[in-house]
Amino acid sequence: MGYEILGLPMAYYIAMVLKVLVVFVFVLLTVAYATYAERKIIGHMQVRLGPMRTGWHGLLQPIADGVKLFFKEEIIPSQADKFAFLIAPLIALVPAFIGFAVIPFGETIEVGGYKIPLQIAAYYDTAAGKVVDVNVGVLYILALASVGVYGIVLAGWASNSKYSLLGGLRSSAQMISYELAAGLAIVSVFMLSESLSLQKIVADQANGAWYAFKQPVAFILFFICSLAEINRTPFDLPEAETELVSGFCTEYSSMKYAMFFMAEYANMVTVCAVTTTLFLGGWHGPGFLPGWVWFIAKVYFLIFTCMWIRATYPRYRYDQLMRLGWKVFLPLTLLNIVATGLFASF
Amino acid sequence: METFFFMIVAAVAILASILVITCKNPINSALSLILTFFCLATFYVMLDAPFMAAIQVIVYAGAIMVLIVFVIMLLNLRTETGRRTKHTVLIGSLVGIFSLIQLVYIFKHSSLTGSKGVLTPELIHKVGNTEIIGKALYTDFLLPFELTSILLLVAIIGAVILTKKKI
Repeated sequence: MGYEILGLPMAYYIAMVLKVLVVFVFVLLTVAYATYAERKIIGHMQVRLGPMRTGWHGLLQPIADGVKLFFKEEIIPSQADKFAFLIAPLIALVPAFIGFAVIPFGETIEVGGYKIPLQIAAYYDTAAGKVVDVNVGVLYILALASVGVYGIVLAGWASNSKYSLLGGLRSSAQMISYELAAGLAIVSVFMLSESLSLQKIVADQANGAWYAFKQPVAFILFFICSLAEINRTPFDLPEAETELVSGFCTEYSSMKYAMFFMAEYANMVTVCAVTTTLFLGGWHGPGFLPGWVWFIAKVYFLIFTCMWIRATYPRYRYDQLMRLGWKVFLPLTLLNIVATGLFASF
Repeated sequence: METFFFMIVAAVAILASILVITCKNPINSALSLILTFFCLATFYVMLDAPFMAAIQVIVYAGAIMVLIVFVIMLLNLRTETGRRTKHTVLIGSLVGIFSLIQLVYIFKHSSLTGSKGVLTPELIHKVGNTEIIGKALYTDFLLPFELTSILLLVAIIGAVILTKKKI
């Protein structure tokens, strides 16, 4: 394969497409089975069995759910803004998935003389002898998180229903508030790594300790703020059933509802992957297993933690949530940055 | 290849910005504006300025536009209520024509290539885009940077005082 496009060998593009396919399919499967795992885990925590009927111990449940949602009737409310109503689930879904492009999920592998880093938006620079990736990887993820808000806001507005509108407004206010705290929480990581490239951050943790140990406050704050940002329990106010029916997706049915559902779980997977990369050493682990196995294990542990939290804590009240975000988390993250600065310079 | 890609993005950008001013529904205008910002971010990426691209999306598409959409939703502006009068069209076209004349004048009477700066693509690749911006911000442009932060602080305090008369 001697062809070159834009100064890069053909193999680079083939590897890129393959990586995209593998990661996308894997994330989709994880999303599907996260719904099953959530029902099973919470079921067992509440001394229930969870789904048992479809397949062995309910293993085919996600497929059955998918088929059911696919064949449901598609309803668009008569007073709804059609364009915004149709585009909202897509805007919610796409940023949730494309965040994976910058996350390194394994060590560089060698196939037929070409070195391929296990990260979608990266290539191996043979001249420099190192992996080149997006040097603003973390900012890219923050940017996508800020775009994801639109899906929910638009869904709430376009449905022309008071429950949807309130759900959408709540969620946008919540996401903007916690985005800030989450963004500031990882600033202290940049201060230690002196880079925004995720490859560099992972490499730094392999040489020293995980940032979860160096920056425990930032780690906990980032994880909690991310939970709030992706509307997971105990911060799932936009869809508080008792007050708002099901929030911004009240009027949605069929595949469009399924898209919101997938976006929620895909966001959870992305957030867990980002937390793993930033704080838990990424794909590094004891050498007896390949890097990507460690990466998946860490991500799955964090996903389990999310479900564990859901089974444990009740939902916050809205004013409590806002007070927590602005008056507790934001000052704490700022203090953490100042403390890191003092600690790093002396 | 790059020119081809540029053409596509530029076409989308122009189409989206036309949609911003022609859409009847304010939400659709806002959405088109977001699309325009994304196209601008793509241009920044093509100009080898990924930091600017990310900031463009975070600040403009992510923060400012969310607030605009928020306001449109809260006021529940469904469709355009005020008619476009002849005056608005006239003033708008006058402004447009003068801007065009100005642009043509600028392009005619200045060199488009400009003089070369200190930063070369090789240097940017070696040191890193973000690092160079950070360094410039905290050394050469320290005073403007601090002044901007004071301005922002004043704005924040002003907003708090306006909304909370009794604290």
